[in-house]
Amino acid sequence: MSTATVAPDATAYTPSAESIAAVLAPGTKPRRPGPVSASLTFGWRAMLKIKHVPEQLFDVTMFPIIMTLMFTYLFGGALAGSPREYLQYLLPGIMVTSVVMITMYTGVGLNTDIEKGVFDRFRTLAVWRPAALVGMILGDVLRYVLAAVVIVGVGLALGFRPGGGAMGVLSGIGLLVLFSFAFSWIWTWLGLILRSEKSVMGVSMLVLFPLTFLSNVFVQPLTMPGWLQAFVDVNPITHLVAAVRSVMAGAPDAGAITWVLVASAVCTAVFGTLTMHRYNRK
Amino acid sequence: MAVNRTGLAVETAGLVKTFGKTRAVDGLDLAVPAGTVYGLLGPNGAGKTTAVRMLATLLRPDGGEARVFGHDLRTEADKVRTRVSLTGQYASVDEDLTGTENLILLSRLLGYRKPAARERAAQLLAAFGLTEAADRQVKKYSGGMRRRIDIAASILNTPDLLFLDEPTTGLDPRSRNQVWEIIRAVVAQGTTVLLTTQYLDEADQLAGRIAVIDEGRVIAEGTPGQLKSSIGAGTVHLRLRDAAQRPDAERILAKVLDTTVQQEADPVALTARVGGSGAAVDAAAAGSRALAELAGAGIVVDEFSLGQPSLDEVFLALTDKAARNEEKA
Repeated sequence: MSTATVAPDATAYTPSAESIAAVLAPGTKPRRPGPVSASLTFGWRAMLKIKHVPEQLFDVTMFPIIMTLMFTYLFGGALAGSPREYLQYLLPGIMVTSVVMITMYTGVGLNTDIEKGVFDRFRTLAVWRPAALVGMILGDVLRYVLAAVVIVGVGLALGFRPGGGAMGVLSGIGLLVLFSFAFSWIWTWLGLILRSEKSVMGVSMLVLFPLTFLSNVFVQPLTMPGWLQAFVDVNPITHLVAAVRSVMAGAPDAGAITWVLVASAVCTAVFGTLTMHRYNRK
Repeated sequence: MAVNRTGLAVETAGLVKTFGKTRAVDGLDLAVPAGTVYGLLGPNGAGKTTAVRMLATLLRPDGGEARVFGHDLRTEADKVRTRVSLTGQYASVDEDLTGTENLILLSRLLGYRKPAARERAAQLLAAFGLTEAADRQVKKYSGGMRRRIDIAASILNTPDLLFLDEPTTGLDPRSRNQVWEIIRAVVAQGTTVLLTTQYLDEADQLAGRIAVIDEGRVIAEGTPGQLKSSIGAGTVHLRLRDAAQRPDAERILAKVLDTTVQQEADPVALTARVGGSGAAVDAAAAGSRALAELAGAGIVVDEFSLGQPSLDEVFLALTDKAARNEEKA
């Protein structure tokens, strides 16, 4: 259908020196946008991409729903007596797992963009250097929020009753999204150093599977062997889940919350810097 | 158009870029006068794209000096970015977005406010004959339209220097002519255009000066006319009726024209250069003498032409020479 409409105007066009001259007329160049404005503009680009390719929202809607249903009914009866009982423990954890898993698409998306060449254009613009990446992650943050809201919605429908109420749930989502924003910078860095979309995906899985499963998401670590408990204790996901679980339950664990805030700041600083270093010299 | 005091848009001296063990650009010296079309001509892998990507601040040079409008590429990259624009070989717009969205996005990033950005996008789309396709995703554009939206995106910021990396590769003849017209219109406004191409007729048509690049270095530089005359006064092309007579014809030509004769891939064709550089030989007289000798020997000639060497021949002669010098060294 497009070929029929494309062909006539492609051939009918004759460049006119006057109209090109008018475009190039030396007007007053506008003032450069600041960092925030540039980042938000790149965020707008991410929104437009969602508008044009809505299928890309499957991973933040269907995937989390399947994860929640699957684990609730698979383990619920055996681990907690009933799925509903288990859900009270599992839901914050499965929300963290789903959203953290989704962060890896940031790296995949960046790698694809670079492959296609559009980042060459962005990199020759005289705007705040990290804006293109910050904007991209801002777009992804929206996806994280959407995934978290979907899971909480499914949880509530299945009988999840958080002790912290609406405020607790919102704070939990807030902590998770903040951490995921920080965590995304690991993937932008990998997206820049790895050769292909597939390898980014492979490395991400290799990191994410052990991190999310070898944690306190599904069960209390008490029955695990000592060496595994040691790993679970240092696993960042464990701390994140503990923090999110505590605020959603209405009994904030100050230690875990502080850990999440500090880890997010450190992660953004370290991997943000590594990413920009790589981005600038590529 | 503001230029630095030397009137050069680009100056490089000994520019080097290495990827692992490969020296993609290996001591490149360029001087591109402002306000002209300058052609970088070379085969695949000659280092043209790497050179352009360095000059457009996408790659950091590993050695040498480079200035764009007097701004050092390494220390003043941000200043360079406000003056230049690049249309690369691959789509440098977002294929998922529509033409309008792409141009609004870039306008906003240059600092235009929303209404002004919308207006600027519409103006550019109209100038490039894309108004009808404005609300279609770029991935649904034809090859020629895509190239035009790429170039439109590149001149959005009214650059003083526009890099076009093989702008017509893969285009049909009509779209290629459109791009040529656009380039002429752009340079007429005082914008300097640095064009890379593997097509000699393209450089011949558009460029005021050409640098021939091979293995990351400039092997010849000058106007198209200078490059052609540097390898001889003219070239004789022959097509014989009978391929079996070619060895005889070759011998006769070599004797009469006092030059080396080349057998073409076509089994009935021969090419000879008349009047090597410096020697003032009347090419036309030599040519007619050769024809008479061939007729005398009973060799039937179907086609005979005498002309300035094409840039293709210039290019082959130059790269041959470069290869020979290397063997000697």
